[in-house]
Amino acid sequence: MSTLVECKSLSHSYGKKKALDDINLTICSGRIVGLFGPNGSGKTTLIKKLTGMIHDESGSIVICGNPVGERSKALVSYSPDRVVFNAGSKVSDLLDMYELMYEDFDRVCAEENLKKLNIEKEEYVGKLSKGNAEKIQILLTMSRKSALFILDEPFNGVDPVAKESIIKIMLGCVPEDSSLLISTHQIRDVEQVLDEAVFIKEGKILFHRSVEEIRSETGRSLSETYMEEFR
Amino acid sequence: MPWNLDSDKPIFIQIVERIESDIVSGKYAPGDKLPTVRDLAVEAAVNPNTMQKAYGELEKIGLVYSQRTSGRFVTDDKSLIEKTRKELAKRSAAEFLAKMKELGISKEEAVKLL
Repeated sequence: MSTLVECKSLSHSYGKKKALDDINLTICSGRIVGLFGPNGSGKTTLIKKLTGMIHDESGSIVICGNPVGERSKALVSYSPDRVVFNAGSKVSDLLDMYELMYEDFDRVCAEENLKKLNIEKEEYVGKLSKGNAEKIQILLTMSRKSALFILDEPFNGVDPVAKESIIKIMLGCVPEDSSLLISTHQIRDVEQVLDEAVFIKEGKILFHRSVEEIRSETGRSLSETYMEEFR
Repeated sequence: MPWNLDSDKPIFIQIVERIESDIVSGKYAPGDKLPTVRDLAVEAAVNPNTMQKAYGELEKIGLVYSQRTSGRFVTDDKSLIEKTRKELAKRSAAEFLAKMKELGISKEEAVKLL
């Protein structure tokens, strides 16, 4: 198990507001990590830094030995917190687009999973249910052979059955040595799939622990632990 | 179907118990090939590293053995399966008695209920 992501003394401000305040975070390979915190705690800012969408003010991020830049971006597969595809595209257009954009996109695997989900390739994105649109976005994100996968709110507004299939896509697709970072408010839905949980509050890391350790040491679930920390 | 597990108890132990019980009940017969870590983790909707650890524990107990190239199998040792059956039964009985005690029912009264 090697270090996959290392953030050191990471800070970021929007005007006077400190969105990230001296964050130190290490994620090892082969781990599924949950990122939790109230709205405005800095989760999305951290994700934007990891994906290189906003640049360093201070501190550093290294992903598989590369500082954030073109090389690190090629190693990260990211799904933003809302469906970003054009309503006028067909599902098959999205497959073509991913194949064109990403060398590590596994089209065969993506098409197999689409079949399992009973989603037609000729369907227009605009005609899909919210749950199915979200499933396709996660499926495409997870069909790359990336080192790090980042999913921001993958269950936004989807029903319990769709949630279950999204979780199965995640677990079925993530390569053994890659890591997956999931940011969500739906702790109950993911707590059994996580290795580790990171709680973030007002731009600082409140704790970073193994989820099994929390269960065995406190006899509490992750969602109970969260409620106690943030209530 | 995802397995119905308690989020406030270690998942690792619950997975071990679930597979032990699947072996004892005959869902997996002696000598049967078991699903891969990945496939069973997806089915159960649990963390693959936790599933791996559970398989490791079952190997340590001897209920499961792995063959380097062909996967993991249920033991052929029927006496070990029988022993596990008795252990699981004992554990359930102890849980039942603890619950009765909580309700203020003595061991003798509990036995009568049965």
